Amino acid sequence: MSILNRVQDEGNNRSKQLSDFLLKYAIYIVFVLLVAVISFKEPEFLSIENFRNILSMSSTRIIIALGVGGILITGGTDLSAGRQVGLAAVVSASMLQQLDYARRMYPNLQLLPIWVPIVIAMIVCACIGLFNGFVVAILKVPPFIATLGTWLAVYGINSMYFDRPPYGAQPIGGLDQRFTNLGSGYIGRDSVYSIPYIVLIAIAAAIIVWVLYNKTVFGKNLYAIGGNPVAAKVSGVNVTKNLIFIYCFAGLLYGLAGCLEAARTGGATNNYGNMYELDAIAACVVGGVSTSGGIGTVPGMLIGVLIFSVINYGLTFIGMSPYLQLVVKGAIILAAVAIDIRKYLTKK
Amino acid sequence: MADGQYILEMNGISKRFPGVLALDDVTVKVRPGTVHALMGENGAGKSTLMKCLFGIYSVDQGEIILDGKSIVLADSRQALDLGISMIHQELLSVPCRSVLENLWLGRFPTVGFGPFKFVNHRRMAADTRKLFAELRMTIDPKRWVRDLSVSQAQSIEIAKAVSYNAKVIIMDEPTSSLTEHEVSHLFEIIRRLRDQGVAIIYISHKLEEILAISDEVSIMRDGRSVGTYPAKELTTDLIINRMVGRDLTNRFPPRSNVPGEVVMRVENFTSAERKSFRDVSFDLRKGEILGVGGLVGARRTELLESIFGLRPVESGVIRINGKQERIGNPIRAKRLKLALLTEERRATGIIPMLSVKDNMLIANRQKYVRFGLLSERLGSVDAQRSIDMLRVKTPSEKTPIRDLSGGNQQKVLFAKWLLTDPDILILDEPTRGIDVGAKFEIYTIIADLAQRGKSIIMISSEMPELLGMSDRIMVMCEGRMTGILDGSSATQEKIMTLATQFM
Repeated sequence: MSILNRVQDEGNNRSKQLSDFLLKYAIYIVFVLLVAVISFKEPEFLSIENFRNILSMSSTRIIIALGVGGILITGGTDLSAGRQVGLAAVVSASMLQQLDYARRMYPNLQLLPIWVPIVIAMIVCACIGLFNGFVVAILKVPPFIATLGTWLAVYGINSMYFDRPPYGAQPIGGLDQRFTNLGSGYIGRDSVYSIPYIVLIAIAAAIIVWVLYNKTVFGKNLYAIGGNPVAAKVSGVNVTKNLIFIYCFAGLLYGLAGCLEAARTGGATNNYGNMYELDAIAACVVGGVSTSGGIGTVPGMLIGVLIFSVINYGLTFIGMSPYLQLVVKGAIILAAVAIDIRKYLTKK
Repeated sequence: MADGQYILEMNGISKRFPGVLALDDVTVKVRPGTVHALMGENGAGKSTLMKCLFGIYSVDQGEIILDGKSIVLADSRQALDLGISMIHQELLSVPCRSVLENLWLGRFPTVGFGPFKFVNHRRMAADTRKLFAELRMTIDPKRWVRDLSVSQAQSIEIAKAVSYNAKVIIMDEPTSSLTEHEVSHLFEIIRRLRDQGVAIIYISHKLEEILAISDEVSIMRDGRSVGTYPAKELTTDLIINRMVGRDLTNRFPPRSNVPGEVVMRVENFTSAERKSFRDVSFDLRKGEILGVGGLVGARRTELLESIFGLRPVESGVIRINGKQERIGNPIRAKRLKLALLTEERRATGIIPMLSVKDNMLIANRQKYVRFGLLSERLGSVDAQRSIDMLRVKTPSEKTPIRDLSGGNQQKVLFAKWLLTDPDILILDEPTRGIDVGAKFEIYTIIADLAQRGKSIIMISSEMPELLGMSDRIMVMCEGRMTGILDGSSATQEKIMTLATQFM
């Protein structure tokens, strides 16, 4: 080989390495660029308070994304996530109104221990998840259609529960202070140098889910089912059982997220959680979870959610029009997936 | 025509795939207005040759001459335009559209001009009527293809081929899923086409059929042409002899396994699927390698996947160590210490994006659970041991399995099942698509397992492999078992005779 050739080869190699690097970290590069642009326009953006706000804004979204992410890994999807969040918010809020609040949904209800309504709401959502899992795994309805059905039905059920005597359809307010404190309280000296409870709950959820997806037979099976369902079945994996379980488990997470959403905002309506599933799916996808299954990590899901929160918060911070923000977010989703797919295309 | 004799000449065609020379200097010449049969064992190169002729594969060496002109085919569209049509083994159609639309797909007649073009339904219907009349077909062109019988769908394919004004029509195993009555109808159509001057290249394993329909027969073996003979001069024995007549070289490891007592007995096994295996009985001994031979479509895979509980069974009994068992699903099969290496490694074996280690451990996860959690360390110990023992060539246990070669992927799948400590291993074409060196390693693993008292059932379409590895060889034909031969006295001719018994 002539020297010229070799030089050329090395050049090719180097440019290949560079493009590989760009491909691998593209989404982080975009992220850093965004933060740089935002802080250039508004240097105050880089503050602990903003950081803390972004984290608490992300908390419930993280919990939802962890659930949807697990389903995406199996090659499925869950459009009913947001509506389940809304149902959990309404259910938990309806049982946790202050005793002296004038328009209680259950005027004669005693003061309940705060965990009781939360557990009830989570169980309700787990049952919906169980139903989703049944329709997907046993009736073999494609997940998109199956959860499209529950998406509608759950909203209907929630609205029926919400819109009833004595006061009819109106926001559930006057929430118990213990409950709202869970949503807006924090550990620490003052409101800046502190950690909100919901951030702690989201971190705990992320750790538990990480262990579940990575350190248990169930978790490993999720990846195998998403990667090649037939191979998993031949290897003696109980595909039906595992699928039902992940939809059910995701329901539990949506339930928790719904309660926190009600606690954080101090109220609930039947429209809570609307479109949250799309935000969660978008965050997972941006975080490297493949919608065709088999690929995805918990840290990826977290980063995906954080990226969206930074965009939301940061672009509002610099005063960008909310409409234009939507365009930017849409572009980021498309770019992230287009780039991510390149990683696998080049390997074939 | 240049020399006025042949419509199509394929001269000295060679085609190399990574690791194999699939076609080696093959020459086939076809006369117009004849049915030219192409015969050979599975893997002899017939389909590859036809794919070269139809523009699916490029040719490395050699020349294709159509109608006196040398042609180079970039894709199948070009082949179609030049008058070469192919009717595929698996029918390629859009099931939920009408016969009409399938027929003219990709070349709908249009009316209008510029950007305002609309499909000319009237012309399409008229053309179809004319075409069907010519072929004396009576299918309603408005029906969905999904609702047609297999033979009707096939006649649509033939009609499509004819509508391209084909000079040469390739038919790859056209009768494999037809009833006798449907076959005779197909033959009528073929004869009519032949009389109109069309040349038909007919690939089939069915000897009687070949002798009934064809004018000339070309035989291939191991990617080479053996010769072309007038059908009148051939008998089934002669064809078999020329198809298999090769010497066996020493490509197999020595074996020292001694078959012991019966571990599994299968009695009167019949599939619940239509046109599958029926009434198959055999037994399997400890430390035995039982080969399963037969041609494509003998339903060997269906039989073994049914034993493993992947397919429904109508009747029949399985006894394992004397005890009658209902298997029904792979989970139960695994518990009974069965293992199955599927035929389609890529489609149903590997999980491509997961690591070598994850692929190895998937069938045996419970073993590595400590206090409810998986121990990565215990898993790695086993994975690493398997990698060393089976000599899997991989950068690390964490490498995605799709980055490995076929042979190494197969070793990982072997490791997966060996970690479940099975007594009975069912291997479906364990060396398909694997290069020669890795094949020997796979054979060594199989021989070693038998030596250690494992019982092995091995489907193979390669004669030398069957003869070289099996203690006994069960042969199937058309879903039925036609005989069990002793490995030491079996010959290729005996197997081939049993494999074509009902044809």
